[in-house]
Amino acid sequence: MRRGAKGAVLEVRALSVEFSTARGPLKALRNVDLDVPAGSVVGVVGESGSGKSTLAGAVMRLLAENTRITAGEVRFEGRDLLRASNAEMRAIRGERISMVFQDPMTSLNPVLSIGTQMVDIQYRRDRSREEKNARAVEMLRRVGIPDAERRMAHYPHQFSGGMRQRVAIAMALETEPALLIADEPTTALDATLEVQIIHRLKDLQRSEGCAILFISHHLGVIAELCDYVVVMYGGEVVERGTVRDIFHRPGHPYTEKLLECDPARIADRSRDLPTIPGDVPDLVALPRGCVFAPRCAKAVDVCGRDAPPDVWLEEGHEAKCHLAAKAGGGAASGFEGGAASGAGPRAGAGAASGTAAESGAGEGAGAGTRTASGGAPA
Amino acid sequence: MAVTTTAAATPALENLGAWTAFRRSIGRVVREPLGALGLFMVVLIVGSAIGADWLAPFDPNKIDIRAKLEPPSVEHLLGTDQLGRDIFSRVLVGGQIALKVSLVAIGAALAVGLVLGLIAGFGPRWLDHGLVLLFDTVRSFPTVMFALALITLLGPSLETVVVVVVVTQIPIYARMVRTQTLALRSAEFIMAERVMGAGFFRILAVHILPNVIGPLLILASMDIPFVITIEAGLSFLGMGVRPPTPSWGTILNDGYSFLYNTPWPAIAGGLPVIITTLGFTFLGESLRDVFDPKLRKDV
Amino acid sequence: MSAILEVEGVRVRYRVKPALRALLEGGSEAFIDAVAGVSLTIGEGETFGLVGESGSGKTTLARSIMGLLRPREGSIRFRGRELVGIGPRALKAFRREVGAMFQDPVGSLSPRLTVRSLLSEPFRIHGLRERDLQGEVRRLLRMVGLSDEFASRYPHQLSGGQARRIGVARALALGPKLVIADEPTAGLDVSVQGEVLNLLHRLQQELGISILAISHNLNVVRHITDRLGVMYLGRLVEQGPTDAIFEEPRHPYTLALLSANPHPDPDAVADRLELSGEIPSPMERPSGCEFHPRCPFVQARCRESHPGIEGMERGHAFRCFYPVGG
Repeated sequence: MRRGAKGAVLEVRALSVEFSTARGPLKALRNVDLDVPAGSVVGVVGESGSGKSTLAGAVMRLLAENTRITAGEVRFEGRDLLRASNAEMRAIRGERISMVFQDPMTSLNPVLSIGTQMVDIQYRRDRSREEKNARAVEMLRRVGIPDAERRMAHYPHQFSGGMRQRVAIAMALETEPALLIADEPTTALDATLEVQIIHRLKDLQRSEGCAILFISHHLGVIAELCDYVVVMYGGEVVERGTVRDIFHRPGHPYTEKLLECDPARIADRSRDLPTIPGDVPDLVALPRGCVFAPRCAKAVDVCGRDAPPDVWLEEGHEAKCHLAAKAGGGAASGFEGGAASGAGPRAGAGAASGTAAESGAGEGAGAGTRTASGGAPA
Repeated sequence: MAVTTTAAATPALENLGAWTAFRRSIGRVVREPLGALGLFMVVLIVGSAIGADWLAPFDPNKIDIRAKLEPPSVEHLLGTDQLGRDIFSRVLVGGQIALKVSLVAIGAALAVGLVLGLIAGFGPRWLDHGLVLLFDTVRSFPTVMFALALITLLGPSLETVVVVVVVTQIPIYARMVRTQTLALRSAEFIMAERVMGAGFFRILAVHILPNVIGPLLILASMDIPFVITIEAGLSFLGMGVRPPTPSWGTILNDGYSFLYNTPWPAIAGGLPVIITTLGFTFLGESLRDVFDPKLRKDV
Repeated sequence: MSAILEVEGVRVRYRVKPALRALLEGGSEAFIDAVAGVSLTIGEGETFGLVGESGSGKTTLARSIMGLLRPREGSIRFRGRELVGIGPRALKAFRREVGAMFQDPVGSLSPRLTVRSLLSEPFRIHGLRERDLQGEVRRLLRMVGLSDEFASRYPHQLSGGQARRIGVARALALGPKLVIADEPTAGLDVSVQGEVLNLLHRLQQELGISILAISHNLNVVRHITDRLGVMYLGRLVEQGPTDAIFEEPRHPYTLALLSANPHPDPDAVADRLELSGEIPSPMERPSGCEFHPRCPFVQARCRESHPGIEGMERGHAFRCFYPVGG
C-alpha cells in the first residue's frame, strides 16, 4: 500500500494488542502496519482468529476490558487515536469514522424509528429539523431504500435483513465521515443481496469520497470491492498489496493456499478439495519463527527458527515470508528520504521487524527514494 | 484426508472418576479467595451442627437460674441466657435444627420445582400456561402473610416452617427452570437429538437437566441462609420452633429482651446466621463457575 | 439407481394467526406455505443439493423430511415406506437409518456432554447397549480423523472444524442410508471447508450413503452434488444434474443466483444478472410466477398464470414460461 501519495486517512503503525487470559497474555495483534489512503477501499482478509476484527476495534478504541494495546499508534487525520482523550474519541466516532457491523440489528436501536435515529445522529449539525429530515430521507434514497419518506417512520424490525444493512450504511455515511469501517457487513446476507450491497457501497464510496476499511473473510467480495488488500493470519499482516497483486501474484504461501481453497476459484468440478491442514496458531504460546510455518507446505528450516521479514516484492506489494526473500524479493529495511507528508517513513516505527518502506510511485522528487538491501526489486 | 488431528494444542483430560472430578471441583473452589472462605464457613457451620451432640459442653436445655446472664467465660464460651442455659451449646444444637429445616425445605422445593419447570418448559403449551398461572398465583401472596395464614391453620411448629418454605420456593425454582428450558427447547443440539430419535424423557434428563441444574443448585445454596432467616424470624416471633427447643431465632429473641445490659445472647444468636449467609453465598458464587464448563478458567 | 427418498407434492404450512385470534379479531386464519408443493427424488448413493436463499423454504423442507415438521399435504417416502403421519415407533426406526447434521458445528452438540458421550448417544438412544461403546467411540473418532484424546473434550473446547467432524461421526454412527446435511460448511473457514467436504465425500464412497445437502453456497454445492434443486419462495424452480444447471441454467433466478457469487478475481468480468429487491414474504405470495416481481425478463403471462414444469430434458426441469439460454 502506498503511503504519502494521496495522504493516508488512517495509518496504523506497529500496533500490538494483547488479551489477558488465564493462560497468559494472548497476543491478538503483533506489529501490525496498515494504511488506508484517502478515498480508497482497503480490504482486510483473514480467517477466524486472524485478528481482523480486533484491528477494527483497536482503531475505534472499542475493545473489551481485558484488552491492552501494548505498542504502536493509530494515526487518523494526523492525530494518534490511541492517545486521544475519551471526549476526542467520542467526537471522532460516528462523525469522522463510522462503522457498519455484521448484524445491523445490533447497531440500530430497536425502540426508535429509523427516522428518529437518522435525525438524532445529526445532533452536531447546525440544521433545522426539516433539513435534518430531508438529509435522512436523501441518504435512505441513496442506499436504495424505496419509498424512503414513508420508511422513516418504521422501526428496525420492520425492515428485512438487506434493507436493515442499507439503513445502517445510510446512517454511517450520513455524517460524511472520512473513513468507514465495515466489519463483515455482508456476511449475514444472501448472495443476491450481498452483490446489491457491495455495489451500493462502491457507488457511495465514489460519490462521497470516503475511504473504506473493509473486513471480510469472503475473498470474492474483497476482490470485487477493494483497491488494496491486507492479508492477516494469526494476528499478523502476512501480505499486503493491491487487489491484483494479492489475487494474481500472491507472495505469501498462506495467501496462495487461501485462494486455492476457495471453491469459487476451482474451475473444474472436484470432489477432492484443497485444504490447509493443521490448526490456527495458539496466540498464547506462539510458534517459533514464522506463525504460518506449522501449516505451511513449503516451510524450510529457517521458517521454524526465525521470524520472517517483510519482503518487498514489487511496488506496494510485500509479504512476510522467508521464501519470498529467497525468490528474489528484497528483504528491505529501507529508509525514506525527505519525509514529505505527515505519513512519515515507516522505518521509524517498524524498523525492528525489518519492514519495507516505500513511497508512492509518480510522486514528486521530494517524496523520497527507496533503498532496499538484500535484493533488487524484480 | 487421512490426516489425524491430535489434541496436542491443549492438554487432554483423562476419563475422570467421580471422586477425582469432585476433588478437582473443590480445588477450583478453593483457588478463589472468596470460594475458600465460603467453603471454610460452610464446613464450620455444617460440621458444628453435625457434631453438636458431642461438641456441646452442656445440655442446651438445662436450666441453672443461679448462673443466668453470665458473660462469656472459659466455662460458658458464649455466656448464659436468662435461664442460665449455656448459649454455646444452644447455638450448636440450634444450628442442627436450622440446617435440617433448610435442607429438607430447599431439597423438597428444588425437586418439585425442577420437575414442574421442566414440564412447563418442554411440555405442551396449554400445560405451560396452566402451570405459569399457578406459579404466579402462589407468588402473588406475600411470604409473611402466607406464613402467618399457614401457621394459624397448622399451628406453629418446625414442620409448618418447612411447608411455608417449600410452597413459596417452588414457583421460584420452577420459573427459573422453565425459562431456561424454553431457551434450550429450540436449540440446535436439542433438534439434533430429536432427529437422532431421542425421546421426551431422554432429552429432558440427558440434555436439558444438566444445563439447568447448575444455576439451580447455586440458587438453592444461596437460598439456604434465606430459609435459616425465615426459620429464625418465625421463631423470633414465636411462630416457629417451640421452646425450649433451641433455635437461632429463639436465642436471638431471648437475647433481644436483655440487649441493653447483656448483648452477648443476641450476638450469639445473630452471628451464626451471618456466617451461614455469607458462607453459602460465597460458596454458591464460586460453584457457579465450577459447574459451567465454559466458565472454568483452567481449561 | 433406485430411489432412497421420494418427496412428492409436499406442502408445509405455518400458522401465522391462530384460529381463535382470527375469530376474535375478525378475518380468516392466516397461514404461510413455507414449502409450497415440492417434489424431488434422491437415488441411492447420490448427493442431492438443495440451494436457495433465506426464506426459500429449504430448511423447512429438510426438517419435514427429518420428521420434525409435519407436512400438510404430500408424501415423503423413504425406501418405499411412507413417513408422513407415521407413529412415534416407526419414526424412531426411520431415524435410525437417517443421519442429520445441523448448521452450527458447535451449537448442534449438547454442551454438557463430552465427545465420548456425544458419540455413544446414538447407540444408547436406540438401545444398542450390548455394543462395545468405548470401541465404537474410538472407531468413530478414527473414521473422522480425530485422535482418541478428543473423547474427553467438551464441545466448546473444539474448533469449528473439529466440532463438525464430531457432527459427521454422530450422523454416521448407526450406519444410516441417508444423511441430511443442513449447511455442512456453515461457520467454517475456507481452509477447513474442504476438509469437511472431502471427509463427507470419502465416507460416502466407503459407506454408500445418499446425501441431501442444503446450502446457500453455490460454490460448495457445485463440487459435492450430483443433482441440484433450486428453491425460491417454497418451490423448486429448477432441478437437474449439477453440471447441467451450472453450465446452462434455464430459470432466471438460477442464473441470477449463479452470477451473484462474487468471483475472487478482481478482473473477472462481472457479466451479472443483478436482481432488484428481496425475496417477498410468503404472506404476500405474488400472483402467477412467484419470481415475477424480481425477474428481469418478466412478461404479462408471468403475472397471471403460474408456470408448471415447462421444460424437461435429460432430467433437467424448470418452472418458467420464458427460460433463459437453451
